[in-house]
Amino acid sequence: MSATAAGALFVVSLVVALALVHRPLGDYMHRVYTGARHNAAERVLYRLLGVRADAEQGWAVYARSLLAFSLVSLLVVYGLQRLQDRLPLSLGMEPVTDHIAWNTAVSFVTNTNWQAYSGESTMGHLVQMAALAVQNFVSASVGMAVAVALVRGFARRKAETIGNFWVDLVRGCVRILLPIAFAGALVLVSGGLVQNFAAPHEVTTLTGGVQHITGGPVASQEVIKELGTNGGGFYNANSSHPFENATSWTNWFEIFLILLIPFALPRTFGRMVGQLRQGRAILAVMGVLALAGVVLTNVFELSGDATVPQAAGAALEGKELRFGVSGSATFAAATTLTSTGAVNSFHDSYTPLGGMMPLVNMMLGEVAPGGVGAGLYGMLVLAVITVFVAGLMVGRTPEYLGKKIGAREIKLASLYFLVTPMLVLTGTALAMGSAEQRAGMLNSGPHGLTEVLYAFTSASNNNGSAFAGLTVSTPWYDVALGLCMILGRFLSIILVLALAGSLARQSSVPEGAGTLPTHRPQFVGLVVGVTVVLVALTFLPALALGPLAEGLS
Amino acid sequence: MERLPSRLRRYVAAIRAVAVLTVLLGLVYPLVTTGVAQALFDDHADGSLVLAGGREVGSALIGQSFTGPDGEPVRKYFQSRPSAAGYDPTATGASNLGPEDVVDTLPTPGEEGRQSLLTQVCARSKAVGELEGVSGARPYCTPDGVGAVLKVFPGRAVSVNQPCPATPFTASYRGLKVECATPGEDYAAGRTVPVRGAAGPPAVPADAVTASGSGLDPHISVAYARLQAARVAGERGLDRAAVERLIDQHTTGRALGFMGEPAVNVLELNLALDRS
Repeated sequence: MSATAAGALFVVSLVVALALVHRPLGDYMHRVYTGARHNAAERVLYRLLGVRADAEQGWAVYARSLLAFSLVSLLVVYGLQRLQDRLPLSLGMEPVTDHIAWNTAVSFVTNTNWQAYSGESTMGHLVQMAALAVQNFVSASVGMAVAVALVRGFARRKAETIGNFWVDLVRGCVRILLPIAFAGALVLVSGGLVQNFAAPHEVTTLTGGVQHITGGPVASQEVIKELGTNGGGFYNANSSHPFENATSWTNWFEIFLILLIPFALPRTFGRMVGQLRQGRAILAVMGVLALAGVVLTNVFELSGDATVPQAAGAALEGKELRFGVSGSATFAAATTLTSTGAVNSFHDSYTPLGGMMPLVNMMLGEVAPGGVGAGLYGMLVLAVITVFVAGLMVGRTPEYLGKKIGAREIKLASLYFLVTPMLVLTGTALAMGSAEQRAGMLNSGPHGLTEVLYAFTSASNNNGSAFAGLTVSTPWYDVALGLCMILGRFLSIILVLALAGSLARQSSVPEGAGTLPTHRPQFVGLVVGVTVVLVALTFLPALALGPLAEGLS
Repeated sequence: MERLPSRLRRYVAAIRAVAVLTVLLGLVYPLVTTGVAQALFDDHADGSLVLAGGREVGSALIGQSFTGPDGEPVRKYFQSRPSAAGYDPTATGASNLGPEDVVDTLPTPGEEGRQSLLTQVCARSKAVGELEGVSGARPYCTPDGVGAVLKVFPGRAVSVNQPCPATPFTASYRGLKVECATPGEDYAAGRTVPVRGAAGPPAVPADAVTASGSGLDPHISVAYARLQAARVAGERGLDRAAVERLIDQHTTGRALGFMGEPAVNVLELNLALDRS
């Protein structure tokens, strides 16, 4: 079988597997978030937290609880890193320096998981599992909570409340993420991932050299890193490291984990608003954009159209042989179409157009299918904008799922869309305007600009993948990218929750002859179009100076 | 709790939530997973360590370099791919050099210089070709093993990776005489023109001239293994067919027939050779 045919089958098998599981999982998540009963373990947790699980919250209280939880998380993750040398299982590592600790804490709390650190030489086992892996769970659960809160806004009539943050947080962790993570971790260990508490241990190689075989609770962290669309690796080499991704089938399984929840949430959405076809329309938008992203990345990488890949004979620089070019390209697409940012190959060495695709995927706003939760709420905001645009074009009253899209709603949706481009373009401009920051680029010319643009796109979209050539472990980049991550995450979340609150308060308008049907292929096409046009208008000038200039010259 | 102001109550709940979830997800979950994983798959969970003669010589999943103390390939062993990490598991990573990184910084007295990715590919190809007794020629490479790249100025062309007194890989470019490069001179203003040359499909496979993502890739392609078979067989006084049979035995095909690429585990192949 040719590499292209095998790569195509690889993608098809993923599509089939996701098609099979998205219904049962989506239905299950619907029951998790709408069920009235708390199980025994959860009742114990609520008592320990000291919260009243049956008290509903308005959007402002929901948002404040979320922000309080994230702020405390930030301080704890920062503190554990700074006190690392006094904790057990530190492997003799020094405390993490202040700007890297800040960047890492922000990055994990915002579900970005940008790696400003090198895992094996910076973080001991305890910091990895008690600081970083915990955030892998809870930041994912926070994302799902916000998505569910927004959907409640659509589903409820004349309601002042949108749910209870603490309940959504706990249920997401305990009923959804934890069981899948536990089973998935064992699957990964069976494929060869390590799971121990050993310090690096010395062996003498066949030719008499010395090698330190590293250990750690890797599988338990790897699985939630993919499932929660986090992406911060246990090791510097992330999912290209054989101990994080041992075989070609663990590679398949990790891509499957990345896409699992984001593609199941539209089903949950459909169930919650009582119209499964609305969920199918959203899923179709995600599917069309995702498939385009995966196929294009594969085509560009397999063609190997650039000087070095032509000289080498294939775009294999920065790629592992067991995954091959296609298994690497598909992973790269999946990790940037969601907000994961894990890498199994190094995007900086991709062909110019192949390396542009991860960038474009992130610029789409990570809605196809996007990060856990973040993808769904991002896509619903785009649907709101689409309804508004379509309304303007044909003179129909904008409404979506029986809710009027009025001035307040469209202001919130537009502000949401503007957050990331503002951060990306301002950040890149500031960096390029200073000789000191330009010195951080590894490559010169258009490729260097792409490195910087990639870094700010990745941080502001809470992706966390890196073009990697750029030296970002400097105080300026750590602080600037940290601010992008915080604003990119929490400004967006506040706007989404405000939108949820405003929608929940409305009563339902009956569907009339002037209502735009939002479950037909026509609407799917409209949302895809609006997404692509908005992104192209915003980012084309920057892309033209970076990857396009490099690829077309 | 109920008597506290609501803002304070929220922060108390947040602190408690972080503490409780840290214990559950940060301690109980990894400890239980480790316990079960160790009980079911202790070999994998411990890092797939490989023994030879009763001592540990590495991990089946982690590549090694099979070079001597002088850094030269040990001829009786199959060689791994190039690595940006020198096969050191405590410093993993890739080169991160871009696909159009084709211009070297030539060394000058007091400055080390820097090889472009293209020159690294060309130099590796030449070295592998010499080791295996085949041609190391490839597209975009000069016969002396650097990137065939010109910087073109009005009325002037420079082979920018070939320091004087080297003979440029081509005498002229569109009527311009091609000069060798003077280390330290700034050619940045010129137009970069990589020259493909006449080389056909290279004898040295792609994985032999590119570094992996992790810097720990345990595999080489079947083509690269077959290229090395003659040398290894000759060095060990073995039949070449016997060595090729060993290659087949240590080749992992695509999982389920379509996942990834077929690959040969170098450490396990070399161990099998030592045993035979």
